[in-house]
Amino acid sequence: MEMNNKNNIPKELLVPMKQREDTSEEISRPSRTFGQNARRTFFKNKLAVVSLIILVIIILMSAFGPSMNQYGLDDQDLSRAKMPARVPVLENISWLGLDGTLSDNFKGNTVEQATLKGVSRYDNAEEFIDIEVIDEGDGSRNSAEVKATYRIYEAKEMTDQYFWLGTDTLGRDQWTRIWLGTRVSLQIAFYAALISLIIGVAYGGIAGFYGGKVDDVMMRILEVLIGIPNLVIILLMMLVLNPGITSIVIALTITGWTGMARIVRGEVMKQKNQEYVLAARTLGRSNWKIIMKHLLPNISGIIIINTMFTIPDAIFFEAFLSFIGLGITPPEASLGALISTGFKSIMLYPYLLIFPAILISLIMIAFNLIGDGLRDAFDPKMHK
Amino acid sequence: MVRYIGRRVFYMLITLFVIATLSFFLMKMLPGSPLNAEDKLSEEQKAIVLEKYGLNDPVPIQYVKYLGGLVQGDLGISFKFSNYPVTEILLDRMGPSAQLGFQALLVGTILGVLFGLIAAISHNGFLDYTSTIIAVLGTSIPNFVFAALLQIVFAVNLGWFPVALWGEFEHTVLPTIALMIFPMATAARFVRTEMVEVMGSSYITTARAKGISEPAIVFKHGFRNSLIPLITVIGPLAVSMLTGSMVIEQIFAIPGIGEQFVNSVFANDYPTIMGTTLLFAFLFVVIILIIDLLYGLIDPRIRISGGKS
Amino acid sequence: MSKLLEVKDLRVSFNTYNGEVQAVRGVNFELNKGETLAIVGESGSGKSVTTSALMGLLPKPQAMIKTGEILFEGQDIVKKSNKEMQKIRGKDISMVFQDPMSSLNPTMKVGNQIMEGLIKHQHMNRTDAKKKALELLDQVGIPHPDVRLHQYPHQFSGGMRQRVVIAIALACNPKILIADEPTTALDVTIQAQILELMKEIQRESDSAIVFITHDLGVVANVADRVAVMYAGKIIETGTVDDIFYNAKHPYTWGLLGSMPTPDSDDEELFAIPGSPPDMSNPPKGDAFAPRNKFALEIDTVMEPPMFKVSDTHYAATWLLHEDAPKIEPPDSVKKRMQGFARTRGDK
Repeated sequence: MEMNNKNNIPKELLVPMKQREDTSEEISRPSRTFGQNARRTFFKNKLAVVSLIILVIIILMSAFGPSMNQYGLDDQDLSRAKMPARVPVLENISWLGLDGTLSDNFKGNTVEQATLKGVSRYDNAEEFIDIEVIDEGDGSRNSAEVKATYRIYEAKEMTDQYFWLGTDTLGRDQWTRIWLGTRVSLQIAFYAALISLIIGVAYGGIAGFYGGKVDDVMMRILEVLIGIPNLVIILLMMLVLNPGITSIVIALTITGWTGMARIVRGEVMKQKNQEYVLAARTLGRSNWKIIMKHLLPNISGIIIINTMFTIPDAIFFEAFLSFIGLGITPPEASLGALISTGFKSIMLYPYLLIFPAILISLIMIAFNLIGDGLRDAFDPKMHK
Repeated sequence: MVRYIGRRVFYMLITLFVIATLSFFLMKMLPGSPLNAEDKLSEEQKAIVLEKYGLNDPVPIQYVKYLGGLVQGDLGISFKFSNYPVTEILLDRMGPSAQLGFQALLVGTILGVLFGLIAAISHNGFLDYTSTIIAVLGTSIPNFVFAALLQIVFAVNLGWFPVALWGEFEHTVLPTIALMIFPMATAARFVRTEMVEVMGSSYITTARAKGISEPAIVFKHGFRNSLIPLITVIGPLAVSMLTGSMVIEQIFAIPGIGEQFVNSVFANDYPTIMGTTLLFAFLFVVIILIIDLLYGLIDPRIRISGGKS
Repeated sequence: MSKLLEVKDLRVSFNTYNGEVQAVRGVNFELNKGETLAIVGESGSGKSVTTSALMGLLPKPQAMIKTGEILFEGQDIVKKSNKEMQKIRGKDISMVFQDPMSSLNPTMKVGNQIMEGLIKHQHMNRTDAKKKALELLDQVGIPHPDVRLHQYPHQFSGGMRQRVVIAIALACNPKILIADEPTTALDVTIQAQILELMKEIQRESDSAIVFITHDLGVVANVADRVAVMYAGKIIETGTVDDIFYNAKHPYTWGLLGSMPTPDSDDEELFAIPGSPPDMSNPPKGDAFAPRNKFALEIDTVMEPPMFKVSDTHYAATWLLHEDAPKIEPPDSVKKRMQGFARTRGDK
């Protein structure tokens, strides 16, 4: 510890320091606004960014996808019903299943019997059916098995046509219907979220800002409304209203705003008692200015996050309603309606179910991950 | 505490009354009557049918009678099955729905808690990411999509389980799995977040400073404290079983209340629709009430302060 | 006096998004049996990190001990595994935390929280542990221990909770008790009670106490020796008398000067301007120089070594160099130090 007699000390420097500007209060780190921090945290979240990209692609496809081929939403043509998916170029990669053939395994006592089953299953168009024997069999019941591959596009003389995702049981192009359906589902979700947001923020904001008697009455009403299960209300509304986009939006928003109202009220109550609002009041700011300049920016994070989680909820409910037959009904399309029709022919034409199912799952996952990302982004604790 | 329960029950009754009134008048607005199905009736016969359903009375009288019936547990008579009281239909169909819902909620929550715990312990490790992915998929993918998938793979293609219908335990396996995914994923996410937060709190540091071993800290101090708030999520999860039951029962052709409801919708069987709606509403408010009370019982902080007031 | 604990050139860094933060930059001190050492410093000076290192409770993986030894009874605990540390924590070294409101498990009965350590370290059965817990509650001044034992933390007031935390820490008669700002979160009257309790413990047990605080007033009350920390280093250390009557480091002057006292009516408080440096980028030379009215040119170039003032008193400031200009503490601080000496003399 003792180093008093060190020799290499520059003794000429043992003089009082010239007074310099105090640098201890200098900001040594680049300052970032809350918004910049939030954006940075969000874009560092890879899952959220990938989700955002996927979502943007899906939204663009729902806008432009339907006009990428010549088929319309309700172009029924039974002669081309139940065509499997066929995509140019990709049709040459057999394992993708986009080569425009139907195939299945058939069992019989003998190979002939199994083959016969396959041929009769596929329109008896023998010349377009390739048979591949899997098991010769020994003559006992269902011991033989063949794989029949039906080149349906050739059989129907439509080799020049490509139904990218196949056609449904009425010969409508599935590609067109899926993107139009996505458009409808997204529209419903956005409208429902937007209306819930406006009503919820207004109601919760007024209750929270004015407090006292106003808040008391408004909260009592809200408490009763929250007590009503939204499932029940939505079902009742759907029974009364004619099926369609507007009805679903109404049904979803009639109780959908209560959650937002409760959150906004709580947050406004918290914020308005903060010192900075008191300070603004003391300085004579009007209520309106305080709301717009102080309260709204400070609760906007929580509003955005909540909205991001309302959207997938709405998408789910639309699909749920359409699935049980209370939502969008064919010939109109929505993801729920497509899944519902797909489910009806799940055994024979699983592709009718699988494509819309994948799409709705992707959308839900993307929204949830973006919501998670935003929640972290607006959480100051996550800003490192 | 008694006052608190009283207040809650009072709110519950108001809510149920609002729902009953709302559904009654909404149904009155709809076209359709028990006569639609039976067209070739003489005027006399029609009058008898209308009389049986009490539809000859003016609407306000019908309303009062309806409420009176409700109090006694009488939900009216089905339009479709014309001699069956709705209450009886619902009671008949309660069994499968209750079994399914209970199984799914129980297994789902237990598995979810397990996943959440594993994820929290291996914080940011491989198991954490795996169970986070499972949780995101489980909360995002609609359960009917999932149910259809299970049906194709495990029933149609692999033939491990029956495709549909009800009866043996095997019949319940796939629908239970489909129904439990959501509570499982939700519980897993919730427990993970809670656990990570609890493990960062100062009383865990106190426990560490005592020299307690890490497993003991995780289970005795961390786990218990993160499980208590889980009860608040179980309520909404139980309610989500109701929504789930409608589609799942439809997909697996299970003779439960959800399937009954969907069928009634297509048959314009209004008394049954109203009855089911009210049953759902009743279950909903009761579940939420029970969960709230349970929470008070389990958390010592709430238990004591509740006891004082 | 025998050395119980010896800390040698301890350096602890945190890896953060903004780079490495050097929280502790070469700390040396020792602790003798039965004595009370106070570590004083502003928040962020590294005092809490130092104690976390002593307990082996640095948050992993962000924090790491870069160099240094912590010798407890001759054994380096830096090298010990977590399993080995578990045997020391709570038994040989225990700790009282800053915020009693959050440092007790809210869903576990107070009695069980005290008994846990006893069962683990002293292998007591529950009945014996319970008896001991009752004694401990009584010892820390909690009335009706038999009732209190079965209550939950939220049924205790802040001061009472802190007593429980102290009881937990004392359970296994630790050789070292670390108290990390045990009174900061409490009301003034309660603070005095807890300090009184700490002093009592000091008298009755032979535990050595490391008392972390930012409040010099508290130090005068309880400590035998004082170490003043600034920017991750100990910049002055000595007996209470050394520090209060004969402080040498301008930072210590600042601490003394900014302490309000009842007779400070006419004099100005001698405040330290500015704020502590950013430890992710510690300044060259003396870290305190930018805030130091008495800084020398050399402070910007070279870090001052520890200069010996007396056998017990060391300070790290170039002002103590034989060739440095002789600088006296500011009048107000000088008057204060004389005042302290006088009141001390009265006692």
